[in-house]
Amino acid sequence: MSGVCIAGIGIHPFGRTPARSGRDQGVFAVRAALADAGIEWRDVETAFGGSANSGSADIMVNELGLTGLPFVNVANGCATGGSALSAAQAAIASGAHDIALAVGFDKHAPGAFDPRPADWGLPDWYGETGLMLTTQFFAMKIQRYMALHGISRETLGRVAEKAFRNGARADHAWRRTPMSLEAILDAQMVNDPLTKFMFCSPAEGGVALILMSERKARQLGVASVRLKAVAFRTRPPGSFEVFAPSIDVVRGGSPTANASAAAFALAGIGPEDIDVAQLQDTESGAEIMHMAENGFCKDGEQEQLLRDGETEIGGALPVNTDGGCLACGEPIGASGLRQVYENVVQLRGTAGARQVPGSPKTAYSHVYGAPGLAAVAILER
Amino acid sequence: MTALTPIAPGLWTDQRPPRLIGGRGSDGRIVFPMPDGDAASGLDPVTLSPNGTLWSWSVQRFEPKRPPYDGPSPFEPFMIGYVELPGEVIVEARLVGIDQPVIGMPLALRIVAFDDAHSTFAFGPVA
Repeated sequence: MSGVCIAGIGIHPFGRTPARSGRDQGVFAVRAALADAGIEWRDVETAFGGSANSGSADIMVNELGLTGLPFVNVANGCATGGSALSAAQAAIASGAHDIALAVGFDKHAPGAFDPRPADWGLPDWYGETGLMLTTQFFAMKIQRYMALHGISRETLGRVAEKAFRNGARADHAWRRTPMSLEAILDAQMVNDPLTKFMFCSPAEGGVALILMSERKARQLGVASVRLKAVAFRTRPPGSFEVFAPSIDVVRGGSPTANASAAAFALAGIGPEDIDVAQLQDTESGAEIMHMAENGFCKDGEQEQLLRDGETEIGGALPVNTDGGCLACGEPIGASGLRQVYENVVQLRGTAGARQVPGSPKTAYSHVYGAPGLAAVAILER
Repeated sequence: MTALTPIAPGLWTDQRPPRLIGGRGSDGRIVFPMPDGDAASGLDPVTLSPNGTLWSWSVQRFEPKRPPYDGPSPFEPFMIGYVELPGEVIVEARLVGIDQPVIGMPLALRIVAFDDAHSTFAFGPVA
């Protein structure tokens, strides 16, 4: 069984691109990733990809070429990219293929998402009465977390402040203007305790990754970053997830905690060994809670860690170095792969103004999606 | 005034005070609402406690997209929360009549007007 590596990365800038469809942004990213790896589309043996609102990924063969390759469409909510990566990794690790593509793209209308209850196995009244909003879930999860673990509103603001500061230094980010802590805290309240600038916005973008067996990468002489572990988990009993009319009184774990533990076990390393991390930051509170769920701190320690700047680019554990979802926006199909893209850039040492100092050797990414799934990838240089 | 029609059948009982109807599995786990169709197999309907405590809360400050939202116009922000019914289940609901929500505060089930024609369930302060 061969090791798996990432040999090529491509991104279409996130934000708003009226002239290009979501899938066109995906094709743009695939072409960039192929060029980065120094290969042609006909060299790709299998592909996995998807979007939430921009149609099927396999239609890309119209533009990329009718090579006849198997192309699997993936639809796993915000974790679509992570799922595509997980499938592409398995295709190579199994020995079935040497070169695989993972691609994600999307283009969403402005404003909150408007899911249909029936698509999620929920009754119509749940949507009609205004209970079916992703923003409410995130607000209520952090609201309780703040009460239990002593997290302040200032800390929520600090997460967004850092995101816009980092996004200003990332070419592919959408919101590239730093914002003061006061402006973030004083902005219009959306779902208490979260203001407008503490939430990511649905947006557009595309990301593609070329995965190779390490044997193939050596043969082609391609510089690569090792995909040390990928783990993908759906929710366990007693978790608290998006779109839940009820939750269990017997509280349990989370898909994030389970995917994280599995990925660390596969990689044979622990949270203390990670040099840079991209953690799903659908809103400010998510980044805070995901720091603990992924094992990087204990519940409540985030208050001090953020005050001390430990998650800044120059801190002990830089988190969301390209500004995350808060600065890049959320094209559902692409977000999970953007995190891995950013980690590859950081490990290559080519992140420019946002480069984590000290030549990082390990990088961690975590994506979370409705209705309760998470994917974690650990990279090593 | 004509009587309001429940937003959906089978969510709560007609008794006074009304109670929400959940589904209990053989392992004792309770879900709300009681599912329809094949998803209901293996679950027994169970009337839930009308009293609970606030588990978490927020305020819906912006008007949700229509559809799926079908509330009255013009839109008025509303409070929402999860309410723990001790030993049973934690349910999501509207919150009414609460000025300063505090996690852990006692709450009781209310049936309230949703629009001109429909009622829905909510939790408010204990009378």
